[in-house]
Amino acid sequence: MSELINKVSQFFSSGIIDLFIGYKKGRLGEGKPAFFTKPEQLNELIFDENCIVNLAVYLRKPELKKYSKIGVLANFGTLRALLQLAAENQIADGQYLILTVADGKVLEFANLKAIEEYVANNLPKPNPERIAFLKEIESKSREERWEFWTRELASCIRCYACRAACPLCYCEQCLVECNQPQWVGVPPTGMGNLEWHIVRAMHLAGRCIGCGECEAACPMEIPIGFLTQKLNMAIISNFGQVPGTKLEPDYALSTFKVDDKENFIR
Amino acid sequence: MQEFEPKIVAFVCNWCTYAGADLAGTSRIKYATNVRIVRFPCTGRIDYMLILKAFQNGADGVIVSGCHPNDCHYTSGNFHARRRWIVFNELLELLGFDKRRLFFSWVSAAEGAKWANLVNEVVTEVRKLGPFTEYEKLSKINVNSIGELCNV
Repeated sequence: MSELINKVSQFFSSGIIDLFIGYKKGRLGEGKPAFFTKPEQLNELIFDENCIVNLAVYLRKPELKKYSKIGVLANFGTLRALLQLAAENQIADGQYLILTVADGKVLEFANLKAIEEYVANNLPKPNPERIAFLKEIESKSREERWEFWTRELASCIRCYACRAACPLCYCEQCLVECNQPQWVGVPPTGMGNLEWHIVRAMHLAGRCIGCGECEAACPMEIPIGFLTQKLNMAIISNFGQVPGTKLEPDYALSTFKVDDKENFIR
Repeated sequence: MQEFEPKIVAFVCNWCTYAGADLAGTSRIKYATNVRIVRFPCTGRIDYMLILKAFQNGADGVIVSGCHPNDCHYTSGNFHARRRWIVFNELLELLGFDKRRLFFSWVSAAEGAKWANLVNEVVTEVRKLGPFTEYEKLSKINVNSIGELCNV
């Protein structure tokens, strides 16, 4: 950890960065996002397996615009989010100083291309527990699935924490706030909740990097991550695009193949 | 008792299916009157939100129809739409949404008879399914009904 702290304080003293986003120890031992503006604060900086929050979510916040250069301590999810944001032209190469810790060593990425290579070499396999749970839902009958989601989504209080925590939900005006026409009902009824989660899943289809922040942020513990996960799995198997792995724009829904399957069209 | 008359909303593209429906009319082909046609510039414009909106407002079935592949007036609008529907269908499948009420079709400007057949088929199928109460019931569910939903 001292290597990391030394390195970051050097960046501060040489004036390369004026804000560093990292983690400090939270009350329950979790890695809590922390904003460091002075090298003296860095003794609180930590990085371990409990640092799961996706810090890329902060980068597009207007509050950070006053800083000239920002350093980010990125976990794997953050790196993939950065790649996806770059592919969507939301961040530029060289705009941020990006660090990660791998095998106890601090890695500094020279450019986004280096992140692309690092992500390609370290892409993890999908969590078998999640796949098994998804299979379990899918094996149910249609009525059972409808009942399952009606029950789960009934507890949604529409706090939009899933949206706030998502590094890729960065629209300045969200469709749910549109009231002319009002696409999604505002009160948290079953219908509005279902519509909101359909919108969220569809807008993230082919873009979700699967960091799990939406589910972690949900105060009602709704397994919403499975919706985007399922769509991503469908996109990978049908079209082959994997979000958050490429610097070039490669959004599955903005392109097409002439021979896409169409067994459902009469 | 009077037979249930389903409300069907059809989202169609201006260049093919709308012209096809027009042809069905000018050819004096009779078909079920349950369908409300909404014309769009292209299937690429037919957002899934419009489909949800139709169900929200009490539609019992929705038809989405446009030009055959390679026939799109804007070259690729229907190809993009097709991808979106593939993904949207996967989501509806996982959610257990009653997909029997959602119909996708390609109907060209020359296929007036196909359009009439499609509408008749859809109306027959949806009539068999009955009113879409499952979706309507959702509007009465809120956080207070969780106990009831869990049969506690």
